[in-house]
Amino acid sequence: MSNYKYLILRRITQISLLVLYFGANAYGWNVVSGTISNSLILGTVPLSDPFALLQMFSAGAVLSLNILLGAGLIVLLYGVIGGRAFCSWVCPVNMVTDSANWLRRKLYMEKIERKIWVSRNLRYYMIVLALIVSFITGTTAFETISPITILNRGVIFGFGAGVGLLVAIFIFDLFVLKNGWCGHICPLGGVHSIIGKYSLFRVKHNSESCTLCMKCKEICPEVQVLDMIGKRSEFVVMQECTNCGRCVDVCDDDSLGFTIRNYIKNNQEVTNENVN
Amino acid sequence: MKKEIKKIQITPRRRFLTGVAQGTGLGLMGGLLWTGYASKAKGSALTLRPPASLVEDDFLRSCIKCGLCVEACFNRESNRDKETLKHKSATLKMAKAEDDIAIGTPYFVPIDVPCYMCEDIPCVPVCPTGALDESLVTNEKGKLDFTMMDMGIAVVDSNSCIAFWGIQCDACYRACPLLDEAIKLEYGRNDRTGKHAFLKPVIEMDICTGCGLCEKACVTEKPAIFVQPRELALGKPGDHYVKGWDKKDQKRVAGQTGKDMTTHAKRSDQKVADYLNEEISYE
Repeated sequence: MSNYKYLILRRITQISLLVLYFGANAYGWNVVSGTISNSLILGTVPLSDPFALLQMFSAGAVLSLNILLGAGLIVLLYGVIGGRAFCSWVCPVNMVTDSANWLRRKLYMEKIERKIWVSRNLRYYMIVLALIVSFITGTTAFETISPITILNRGVIFGFGAGVGLLVAIFIFDLFVLKNGWCGHICPLGGVHSIIGKYSLFRVKHNSESCTLCMKCKEICPEVQVLDMIGKRSEFVVMQECTNCGRCVDVCDDDSLGFTIRNYIKNNQEVTNENVN
Repeated sequence: MKKEIKKIQITPRRRFLTGVAQGTGLGLMGGLLWTGYASKAKGSALTLRPPASLVEDDFLRSCIKCGLCVEACFNRESNRDKETLKHKSATLKMAKAEDDIAIGTPYFVPIDVPCYMCEDIPCVPVCPTGALDESLVTNEKGKLDFTMMDMGIAVVDSNSCIAFWGIQCDACYRACPLLDEAIKLEYGRNDRTGKHAFLKPVIEMDICTGCGLCEKACVTEKPAIFVQPRELALGKPGDHYVKGWDKKDQKRVAGQTGKDMTTHAKRSDQKVADYLNEEISYE
């Protein structure tokens, strides 16, 4: 059971958030109201999607103090603590793409499929493109197609034809490209990668106890961040790591775990090595 | 003769430029599709927005699609069914992908649920972005004023309105929350029968808020009175014309004195005698 600790915790957070959002509309609960684009915590604290804010700015909207504050809180929260945790702990589409990945492993897709290569930097270009399209059309371009808000709103206000996009993403991730949406295309994931670049909460690898079973690399949705496995004992510092904790879950050798990134200690280690 | 084989050197510069070209191609293709979709996804100009919303273009820029207005509309105390105490379906709805309305934005359809013009206007102050602008429904005393709402304007189709046929019906007049202010009854003689009267509904343009209670109340199979966005339903006389013996309208054009009000055409440069003596060509 310990193999699923963080997975279960993540599902609990994701689902209870959806329940709270739903209850805010259906029963007038006051814990988390609004949608994932802009929420109100306990009826007072605003939280806004910084990417939506950027698109609004690009489209030519006058930004209110309220959403500037809301987006600032999000940047602070993930920037200092959580890193890209939004993607694996909050975003509801994560459940769709994770289930596609699960089925992918059951069907041995990795061994059979014809591989398509797509750059994982595509998401950063998508950010730029979204802002350009927002500027030209005077709309929030990504928000008009975002499966994240479609799923979130669907749970709160009822699904419409937008559910087709979620099915499409599931099938795309399952049969076309591994981690296609979350790991390659989604610009919101890109934004959260950038926000969380210097965050403190990180996975740390201990290469001494590692037996090179590679289970972590099999399960990781952003494999490139685990390039130190079995080689160097260090923090997973690449910004694309979503802190999902699946690598920690599957590791039987106790070689991976969450810790607070220590900038000062790192420097000391470096100087010690130099002395030796 | 030895055939010369031309060797193509693949330099880092060529690699870089090709990469840029590939990226540009992909970006252009995707960007064009996305721009095309996004501009169409703005949806119909007939959309009715919540009270105090900015003009449609600015509204679409500013709405963050959080749904707080829709939640406030649904959860207001006045939306409870008096017997079951359960919430009824709300006026405001969130647009879905299949609606001809920008996805995730709030709207209402009066024929389904009209706006009941709550005195405390719960949907407006909750807006975090100012897409619903509280100042548009705040009066000089600094209080929320529901008579300042402006979602659209009611339009009467006088061909299908049975009051215009001479049948006595004042359903819309009675349903109007601004009774005898937004809709007035105009009395007239029915010349067709020679005996009866007309009681025709007339919309007061400046007072009607576009709440749609009249549309909901209308008795004809398809409502003969219906709400449309103002930009769509109304014309604009412009500064060339002034309503005579009307001080208010004279004020409207008072500031326009500096402007050149003359119509300029090709003929304007000629003298009258010149163009009167010209041969007229109708081709």
